[in-house]
Amino acid sequence: MARVAFRWTVLTVMGVFFLLPLVAMVEFSTRDPETWPLLLNWPKLSADYPALAVGILASLAQAAVTTVLMLVLLVPTAIWVRLRLPKVRPLVEFLCLLPLTIPAIVLVVGLAPVYAWVNYFVGGSSITLVFAYTVLVLPFAYRAVDTGLSAIDVKTLAEAARSLGSGWFTVIVRVVLPNIRSAVLSAAFLTVALVLGEFTIASLLHRTNLQVAIEFLGKSSATVSVAVSLAALLLAFVLLIVLSIAGSWKGKKS
Amino acid sequence: MAGRPRLRGGALLGTVPFFAFVTIFLVIPTLTVIIGAFTGDGGSGFTLENVRALGDDYILAAFGRSITLSASSAVIGAILGALLAYALVTGKPDGLLRRAVTAAAGVLAQFGGVTLAFAFLATIGLSGFVTQWLQEHGLDPYANGVWLFELPGLTLVYTYFQIPLMVIVFLPALDGIRPQWREAATSLGGSTWHYWTRVAGPLLAPAFLGSALLLFANAFSAYATAAALVSQGSPIVPLQIRGALTSEVVLGQANLGKAMALGMVVVVAVVMALYSLLQKRTAKWLG
Repeated sequence: MARVAFRWTVLTVMGVFFLLPLVAMVEFSTRDPETWPLLLNWPKLSADYPALAVGILASLAQAAVTTVLMLVLLVPTAIWVRLRLPKVRPLVEFLCLLPLTIPAIVLVVGLAPVYAWVNYFVGGSSITLVFAYTVLVLPFAYRAVDTGLSAIDVKTLAEAARSLGSGWFTVIVRVVLPNIRSAVLSAAFLTVALVLGEFTIASLLHRTNLQVAIEFLGKSSATVSVAVSLAALLLAFVLLIVLSIAGSWKGKKS
Repeated sequence: MAGRPRLRGGALLGTVPFFAFVTIFLVIPTLTVIIGAFTGDGGSGFTLENVRALGDDYILAAFGRSITLSASSAVIGAILGALLAYALVTGKPDGLLRRAVTAAAGVLAQFGGVTLAFAFLATIGLSGFVTQWLQEHGLDPYANGVWLFELPGLTLVYTYFQIPLMVIVFLPALDGIRPQWREAATSLGGSTWHYWTRVAGPLLAPAFLGSALLLFANAFSAYATAAALVSQGSPIVPLQIRGALTSEVVLGQANLGKAMALGMVVVVAVVMALYSLLQKRTAKWLG
């Protein structure tokens, strides 16, 4: 009995603590009844809050391009290293996990001179942040892809395809890739969620994205910024919950 | 056999795009921080000046506050997170509640930055939901000054992502505890107190400490939440680095920023090394 009481006390107290800020955001953002309709009215939103509209579009573009860049750089390399260069694999793994021990604020300090060159060659557009973001998501994406590759017999698959006369491109794209589809998908989901929440690098390299725009807006219009925060949060929740449901479903199947 | 070396070279060629990218955007920035920390402003050769400047009172104070903030949010997060994880473990292992809470924890552990800061502004900011409710009932949380934008406030906000992280990393260790051990302790005449202090406690200690260290590193590296919440002054190291980065033209402090960044990396590296040591012990005892 004592254990059940303890269990429900803990769960209730924690539930209140974690739900309260979300409830407060709903209450705060509905104080002005025009806030939520405004968010759904894109033309009016981009006319009234141009910086916010620019930030939203920048974040969506960054999420899409980072995902593509991450997939193109990481997936073929991870497969290739497993198949042909097992000795190089520890180095690739080390480099991919390195950003975990380097706080984003530290990475910015080192990236600032590199981005001086990026500015020089390709300009200061906010889409150039995708280079830094690809580095930032490497650990998470690598783990997802690596788990997927460990679960299948890459070598046998590749040898079978090779013995039937396919080239390496076919092996990677048409044989191995379809077998790690769910791992690649979860890497992509994580990438999108992380990029949509990124603030540190964008703000300190003087570029814009959703979070920078929200922070900027917070200084002038608290209600709208809280409403946009809540909307962005719900989007991230949906993305990550879809991801974890997909994960547990996959776990059940195997 | 003659074709072998050529093939090896060809195989390496396939990794060139990855290594080229990682070199430019990860290795060079890391080296920039390390080398810059030991270089004078204006690129004037090797110097220990920047690292010595870390001993300045205001920087030492910032490191002190960063460590206090990280430690207190890690301790609170570890204790409350462990309680929550234990509450989950006592339920059905495949129950809906446990699945829902772990999924939510996975999401909330990632939740930080500007949106989290605004969530708390809407909750206990000066015109927040809870603040107003309390004031209507004659209680003013800010009667002795506004603490939300200082260390106590940051600690509170950080616990919001620390507790879920603790649940995620501590749950596997709790799952490693077998019910037979409790039965053995009971059948030998041990009380619940004996079981927790002599059996489960010592077994879980490395996992608990390791998880707490991970939480510490997590809070220590956090920047966005504090940046959005604290607009005046730079109480903690990440905000000091922001100051050094944004005012580098005026004060020529670019490489002092690099030295502080290096200091952060050293702290995180030490903490993570201890973490992996404790992790090995956990895997041995509860794996």
